[in-house]
Amino acid sequence: MRQFSLTRRFLLTASAATLATAALLRPAMAQTPPGVLIVGQIAEPKSLDPQAVTAANDFRILVNLYDGLVRFKDGTLEVEPALAESWEISEDGKTYTFKLRPGVSFHDGTPVDAEAVKFTFDRMLKEDHPFYNTGPFPLAFFFSSVENVEAVDPATAVFTLNEAYAPFLSNLATPTGAIVSPAAVEQHGADFGRNPVGSGAFRFAEWRSNEAVVVEGNPDYWDGAPPLQAVVFRPITDANTRTAEMLAGGIDVMVEVPPVSLSQFQSGYRIVEAAGPHVWYLMLNMKEGPFTDQRVRQAVNYAVDKEAIANNVLEGTATVAEGPIPAAFGWAYNPDVAPYPHDPEKARALLAEAGVAEGTKLKFLVTEGGSGMLDPVAMATAIQADLAAVGLDAEIQTYEWNTFLGEVNPGLEGKGDMAEMAWMTSDPDTLPFLTLRTAAMPDEGGFNSGYYSNPDVDALLEAARVATDQAARADAYKQVQQIVHDDAPWLFVANWKQNAVTSEAVENFALQPSFLLNLHKVAKN
Amino acid sequence: MGRYILRRLISAIPVLLGITVIVFAIMSLIPGDPATAILGAYATPENVARINRDLGLDQPAIQRYFIWLGNMLTGEFGRSYSLNRPVLDEILDRFGATLILAGTAFVLCAVLGVLAGVISASRQYGWADKAITFAVIIGISIPSFFLGMLMILIFAVRLKWLPVSGMYAIYGGGGLGDLLTHLIMPAFALAVVATGVVAWLSRGAMLEVLRQDYIRTARAKGVPERRVLMGHALRAAMVSIIPVLGLQAGFVLSGAVYIETVFQWPGIGRMLVDAILKRDLLLVQGGVVFVAAIYVLFNIAVDVAQSMLDPRIKT
Repeated sequence: MRQFSLTRRFLLTASAATLATAALLRPAMAQTPPGVLIVGQIAEPKSLDPQAVTAANDFRILVNLYDGLVRFKDGTLEVEPALAESWEISEDGKTYTFKLRPGVSFHDGTPVDAEAVKFTFDRMLKEDHPFYNTGPFPLAFFFSSVENVEAVDPATAVFTLNEAYAPFLSNLATPTGAIVSPAAVEQHGADFGRNPVGSGAFRFAEWRSNEAVVVEGNPDYWDGAPPLQAVVFRPITDANTRTAEMLAGGIDVMVEVPPVSLSQFQSGYRIVEAAGPHVWYLMLNMKEGPFTDQRVRQAVNYAVDKEAIANNVLEGTATVAEGPIPAAFGWAYNPDVAPYPHDPEKARALLAEAGVAEGTKLKFLVTEGGSGMLDPVAMATAIQADLAAVGLDAEIQTYEWNTFLGEVNPGLEGKGDMAEMAWMTSDPDTLPFLTLRTAAMPDEGGFNSGYYSNPDVDALLEAARVATDQAARADAYKQVQQIVHDDAPWLFVANWKQNAVTSEAVENFALQPSFLLNLHKVAKN
Repeated sequence: MGRYILRRLISAIPVLLGITVIVFAIMSLIPGDPATAILGAYATPENVARINRDLGLDQPAIQRYFIWLGNMLTGEFGRSYSLNRPVLDEILDRFGATLILAGTAFVLCAVLGVLAGVISASRQYGWADKAITFAVIIGISIPSFFLGMLMILIFAVRLKWLPVSGMYAIYGGGGLGDLLTHLIMPAFALAVVATGVVAWLSRGAMLEVLRQDYIRTARAKGVPERRVLMGHALRAAMVSIIPVLGLQAGFVLSGAVYIETVFQWPGIGRMLVDAILKRDLLLVQGGVVFVAAIYVLFNIAVDVAQSMLDPRIKT
């Protein structure tokens, strides 16, 4: 019986040790101090160099570290002054003269002057710039129309464009247009992305690889010191773990809450939502197959129950899309265009009229997931069921995201009849210009992978791009919305409402239609 | 013995070279490239070409392979585009974390597994044996990531005894106690399956040995049962248990991929998953070669240990 007592002793010791440890550990689980906001992010940032990154996840940090010449006005996609106090645009729309705000410094104490502006854009755009090798700068093409930047005097920067380009100001308001400290880039070179210096409401404190990026409030911020002492951005890639951290109090703010988790935050938390400039659609192959006929394209738009997808599959985290220009753009949005209603009868009638036989097969390219793609497989399955109800047999082929882009971007010809896609943009020009013009076919380097072509749309988009008058631009986009809605080159599905959950201690937290996470005014008690 | 170790080390070189070829080929052949991963929907042919040029991916694959291999031999693993820092810095940072997690799990599975096996075998078909066998079957059957989520829900969200995820507390952390609180759940979740396997095979090995004549002799001689088990029997059984432990080390290392994702442990497994999704070629290649080298070295160490325990194994 000797071993028996040994085992029991072992068990007793072990459980005592476990209890003792648990008791010891409890005080270590202290809540984070007030004034320090912990944000649960979806991934580790790639870099904190504003010109080097492309992901919304990284932009959420950058917008708090850096300022641009202009910024999006709170709650809108309209630009307002930031580092530039004012600006003038020449008659021909090719010269922009910015007057800089006096007395603003970077976090390293060097002045934010016209030379810094010139340095920022030259580094990104000029291959012979001594710090061009700190790239690559993937979104540099936002500014491909910039021919030259000149520092006339410390307070005046002049941009010369090679053609009038109306989205220029919106692009300046994105993080890609943020002004960096030349002294810091010179000091750190390629490591600038890990030692970022801007002029924003928060300054960089620490980056613990794969654990946290810490930024501290900038007491000298030109727009007023932020109430928060510090913000900690924690990368938590697994959505379930992120939800668990929020429930356990390990984070104060959680972005991109999975629709299925929202119900867990109904009490004791604040759920924040904002419509964004996002469109989720199916591009239809207009070069071959049934979708060469407008009636068939309209028929699928009638056949699919978009409300059900938005409310059931996406649990109300999206609204139904009307056309290529989402409501979040406000000034450029056409409120007279309503979504295609769910009308299977009408869909059947249109299909019969077009001579499409019952049981016609459609090849449907679907991705497993990707930037802005929401819940692509579940959404595809819902669409497939709705199409089956009107006699269309959609066959789903699923691809990993990068593989999917490699298939779809070069064009759908020979590959499929329809494919999922989603875009988030900051100017109403970007999406239609890159995906709906005749001159944007894949073989010409655009993303018109479904081969839509309408000379009226081409002309309107060109006109809107060179117009310097916002009302004229708005009018052109409203017409584009109507024409594209009727032509139906896409099956318009959803506009995503981005969401976030915060603890009740967090105040003044808002999401922006630009998808940027501005924490300047946020407080935590 | 020294010559044996040397011979084993030399024979590892072709294995590692083969791994470099395979990982390079796989990363070149899978669809999707870094430029598309960086640009996403903005991947025009023109932008892709520019990024490929900036990353040096416009050269032929064979040439890139030899440049990479040559650089690696001089300790230069290149620069990760997705993290914008040297690959080797990242690997070493991450490997430390994985070593703590996988090492703890390995020690747990070795100690608990062997102990359970010994107890089980020493009272075959008794209640302790039945209980352990039952626990082992459950342990082997539960997927570790599921067990991890379950533990998070119970111990972190419900009871609030332990932190949900990460390696250190974001605030006021950093000490050994802090590390341990974060380590308990992932190490346990990672160790469960391996513990089951080790317990199961240790039980078999012990039963085999306990039937030998010299055990009966020892018992007849009046050697205390504890010494019979731990001294005479276990020592002989270790010869067949150690190779199993070597295999479990590989299992624990690969299982860390899931566990690190569930618990946000900043280790090398999670790094590789992220790097593959972002098509970060140099980081994936460097990481895989590094892990493979560690694994090969560990297995050599296991073989050496085994040959030291069992003189019948030729060196």
